Amino acid sequence: MGKILRFLKNDWWKIALILALTFAQSMANLYLPAYMSEIVNIGIPTGDTLFILKTGGIMLAVALSGIICQIIARYTSANVSAKFSADLRDAVFTKVECFSLSEFDKFSTASLITRCTNDVSHVQRFFDIILRMAITAPMMSIGGIIMAVRYGQGLSWILVIASIAIVAVMSLNFVFTVPKFNQMQANIDRLNLTAREGLSGIRVIRAFNAQKTQDSKFNDANVTLTKLHLVIGRIMSVLQPLTIFIMNITTVVALWLGASLVAKSSIQVGDLMAFIQYIMQILFSFQMLSMMFIIFPRAMVSVKRINEVLDTQPGIRDPSESDRKSPESTGTIEFRDVTFTYPGALEPALNNISFTAKPDQMTAIIGSTGSGKTTLANLIPRLYDVTKGTVYVDGVDVRQFSTHDLRSRIGYVPQKSMMFSGNIESNISFGRDISHEEVVRSANIAQASDFINETENGFKHSIAQGGVNISGGQKQRLSIARALADSPKIYIFDDSFSSLDFQTESNLKNALAEKTLNSTVILITQRVSTIMNADQIIVLDAGKVVGMGKHNDLLKTCKVYYEIASSQLTKEELV
Amino acid sequence: MTTQNPSDRKYDRPPQGGRGGGGPRATMRLVEKPKDFKGAMNKLLKYLKPYWFLLLVSVIFSVASTVFNILSPKQMGLITTELYVGMTQKNGLIDFNYIGRIILILLLLYIGYTLFHVIQGLISNTVSQKIGYEMRKSMADKCNRLPLSYFDTNLHGDILSRLTNDIDTITMTLNQSLSQITTTVTQILGVFIMMLLISPLMTAVAVLILPLSSVFVAVLVKKSQKFFKAQQENLGNLNGHVEEMFSGHLVLKVFNGEERSVDKFRTFNDKLFESSRKSQFLSGLMFPVTGFIGDIGYVAICVLGGYLVLSNSIQVGDIQAFIRYVRQFNNPLRQTAGIANTLQSTAAAAERVFEFLEEAEEIPDPENAYNISDFKGNVSFKNVFFGYDKNVSIIKDFTVDVKAGQKIAIVGPTGAGKTTLVNLLMRFYDVDSGSISIDGVDIRDMKRSDLRNLFGMVLQDTWLFNGTLRENIAYPDSDADFEDIQKAATLACAEHFILSGGDGYDMIINEEASNISSGQKQLITIARTIMADNPMLILDEATSNVDTRTEILIQKAMDNLMLNRTSFIIAHRLSTIKNADVIIVIDDGRIVEKGNHKELLAKQGFYHKLYYSQFDRVAANSIVS
Repeated sequence: MGKILRFLKNDWWKIALILALTFAQSMANLYLPAYMSEIVNIGIPTGDTLFILKTGGIMLAVALSGIICQIIARYTSANVSAKFSADLRDAVFTKVECFSLSEFDKFSTASLITRCTNDVSHVQRFFDIILRMAITAPMMSIGGIIMAVRYGQGLSWILVIASIAIVAVMSLNFVFTVPKFNQMQANIDRLNLTAREGLSGIRVIRAFNAQKTQDSKFNDANVTLTKLHLVIGRIMSVLQPLTIFIMNITTVVALWLGASLVAKSSIQVGDLMAFIQYIMQILFSFQMLSMMFIIFPRAMVSVKRINEVLDTQPGIRDPSESDRKSPESTGTIEFRDVTFTYPGALEPALNNISFTAKPDQMTAIIGSTGSGKTTLANLIPRLYDVTKGTVYVDGVDVRQFSTHDLRSRIGYVPQKSMMFSGNIESNISFGRDISHEEVVRSANIAQASDFINETENGFKHSIAQGGVNISGGQKQRLSIARALADSPKIYIFDDSFSSLDFQTESNLKNALAEKTLNSTVILITQRVSTIMNADQIIVLDAGKVVGMGKHNDLLKTCKVYYEIASSQLTKEELV
Repeated sequence: MTTQNPSDRKYDRPPQGGRGGGGPRATMRLVEKPKDFKGAMNKLLKYLKPYWFLLLVSVIFSVASTVFNILSPKQMGLITTELYVGMTQKNGLIDFNYIGRIILILLLLYIGYTLFHVIQGLISNTVSQKIGYEMRKSMADKCNRLPLSYFDTNLHGDILSRLTNDIDTITMTLNQSLSQITTTVTQILGVFIMMLLISPLMTAVAVLILPLSSVFVAVLVKKSQKFFKAQQENLGNLNGHVEEMFSGHLVLKVFNGEERSVDKFRTFNDKLFESSRKSQFLSGLMFPVTGFIGDIGYVAICVLGGYLVLSNSIQVGDIQAFIRYVRQFNNPLRQTAGIANTLQSTAAAAERVFEFLEEAEEIPDPENAYNISDFKGNVSFKNVFFGYDKNVSIIKDFTVDVKAGQKIAIVGPTGAGKTTLVNLLMRFYDVDSGSISIDGVDIRDMKRSDLRNLFGMVLQDTWLFNGTLRENIAYPDSDADFEDIQKAATLACAEHFILSGGDGYDMIINEEASNISSGQKQLITIARTIMADNPMLILDEATSNVDTRTEILIQKAMDNLMLNRTSFIIAHRLSTIKNADVIIVIDDGRIVEKGNHKELLAKQGFYHKLYYSQFDRVAANSIVS
């Protein structure tokens, strides 16, 4: 919690102001019964109408100043809490934007999204409630106790007993319901999961006629959830009236004992009336405070999750200005004894890899699923840092570049085409300033122009989040156009043609050949036919290089390559 | 590598939010309005009919407890009066017997109030949870009777939100608001009568102040609604941006998009700050303002009460009682605004739930369903036409006769209608015209479950559930012997990776099924189909996520599996279907060519083009030069 409070840095005086104002307002509220007591004690017995009216006037003035204080307090607190959450959100977001892929792997994307959205909202709501209620409630209780002792005198001990009883009931509530609430949340998740599974697997379930299995799973979750709801409901339906009962009994006892005190003239009737009203106020404030105990642990969970993000240092940082190098861009890539192990993994994903990819050349990387192809590609733009060895781009260790400089030298087409909401043009020029002409040119090469021109608004055709309104093949082509758009010296294609039909793929390859002239091309694929004429083929198997060379040589020398090739090519083609 | 999950599962995520954090602001949130309030409420009432007796009892008890609650302040006032009169007019002579009697009455009133309150709470809790259970159950049952087209055309997230959030809203209303409504009505009426009994003049003052406060609240709600809407919208934009940027983190990094993304985020965040500042302030005004108006009432009653005591029209204790009554009168009135909103959103929730429950169902299985007793495995499509949209046919005049035991490959470009044929064969969808028959029996004359039992199916879209590998493989037969499971896994080439993991067959597939690779998932689905041992097979891109080396291995298992079984194979990689008995080439829903691999290549037609385009040397060369 403490860490998060630093976002209030410049607002401490505002919080002090809120505290002062809230205290003033509470006192104003608490003085009203005192004036009422004066009306009963002095005004009525003496029959002094003027006194009664005057006291009424004072009461109004007190109430008015109370509300003015409260309005100023509310205004300030609305500003403080909105600013606080905006700053917090900003800090989390900018932090995550600095993260490298390792941090994303560690947290998982979905979890980071929830932390930046839901968790921040939870904390904001909690903070809001604190500023509104948690400050008022203790002040009302403290002020109420002072006033009650003053007016109740010999009756104050009743207050002590009543408070203990209320706190006891609340603790009972806390002890019984909080764990049940946690269980319930887990069960809601369970029910959700089962239902979600049933929906996403509906074809399989029907194909296997497994509706009954699925039904009984859902029913189990449903029964457990309902039972928990019932238990919590029962506890609540008993405990809540019980609290009210305690309050009522307290007033009855106060009246009974107060009556004898009145008879002994040790307390005035008006004071007894005021005392009873104070008791009510205190007990209500207690109840408000108890709500805090229910939301507090919940908010703490969110605070903890946010702090985890804020405390994480991005693994990949730019070198200091003086160590930074920016060589001329030629396109050469060199891996020297590179080993890479994912954090926490037992086996390295890449083991002692060395090769050089030169401009004017196509270097192909082939291997079965999980052999480390994408991992290798990710090391070039420094999405991960090597565990051992060095990756050189343009003759310089990638760790000596500013990441911005390094990455602007590379056109990267990831395995999964990622589209952002906006339009076609904004997706192609994503992240950079690219002229419209260059966007059109890139789209042409990527074989995307045809479908773009078919849309109503051409390059301004809007793209929905995740690109759900265009097909997989279209996404892939836009993703390729995006990589081409800055005419970098290095291109990385990670299995980037998989969603294209054969005709489009071959057209694209022809057009690409011209564009990538003078550039270094790294092509990752599972298809032998795509790379048969590559200048250099690197065969990966379980993170190791098991073969390097040209197609015809590898067929003879590399067993793994032969196996891959023979699974894809006809016998005649293998020779 | 692992940053890709969320965006494609976007619609499958459970709905979030909506719980907790009600408080005084709850009434000021955006309220969802139903399309037809009356209709939705009528349906809900009909649903409640079986529980009418318990609900009635609950209502009676809540009325009773409220009445007890209303009677107590007057009694308390009697004590104060007795004390005051005794002290001021009878020289300290107080009748303690009288006070004792009243204390006893008060105790009884409070005990009665508490008891009835508790019982009412227990009853409505039980009833509402039962109804929640029933509703969830009938929604789940309904899912089984809906045609697949419903699930293909509706967002899963939307269906889930009906199942959880909407039903939650309904049970919550039944549990709390129902008793709240009766309490409110009783309390307003009862308190009003009690106040009138004490002093019509004071009642008039109290009642006059009330509209003042309600007008204020109404104005505030209306004003702040605008900002709440803006806040909601800005929050939506901001969260959308966060989700999008985090899901596309890899691309963002590679194309140096961080700065722009942060800039955009800040614009959204600034807007959100402005609107949330305003909406919070306005909603924060609610309490002080109504509180102040309450204070005015309090002062007026004290002054007026003092005056009336002097003129002997009321007693001192009546002031005390009246102060309590005004509070009891104010609270429910303040709640009515909340209740109106609750009813609105409940109606909206009920509307969505009933809309789902009333969706058109699948045509039921025929009464005298035909069950093939002497199964051979001849499948024939006769002049089949079909389109997901009735106006656009995807499958056009499709006619094929498949002989028992044949291996049929269906190839064609994306969108040609290959998967649609599987949908028709499994009766996930029904043909628009024409017919499909198995051993001469129209599949519409069979029970769906009998039909589907004939087919083992492996789809491109691998579906596994949260459970162990063993459970997933044994899905078709949960009592299967471990030996059979192992055999199936071995045949599917899955045994190696299963055993190399720490937990072997007891490894648990996580909720997102993201802890095994897509290739491994596919191997498990293949093992599952082997387990099912159905007389015919459908393989729809069954090995698309498996690398080609593994594919060869699986191919052997598949060949074993397909031996003597009529099999339908859809494949992207044409090399895998070379040994099919018949290859059907479709394009745009029509059969363009038919024959075996050799015949089709010799034809030099569409298949020839397709086949060679994947080994296009010219194209492969050109990228290099």
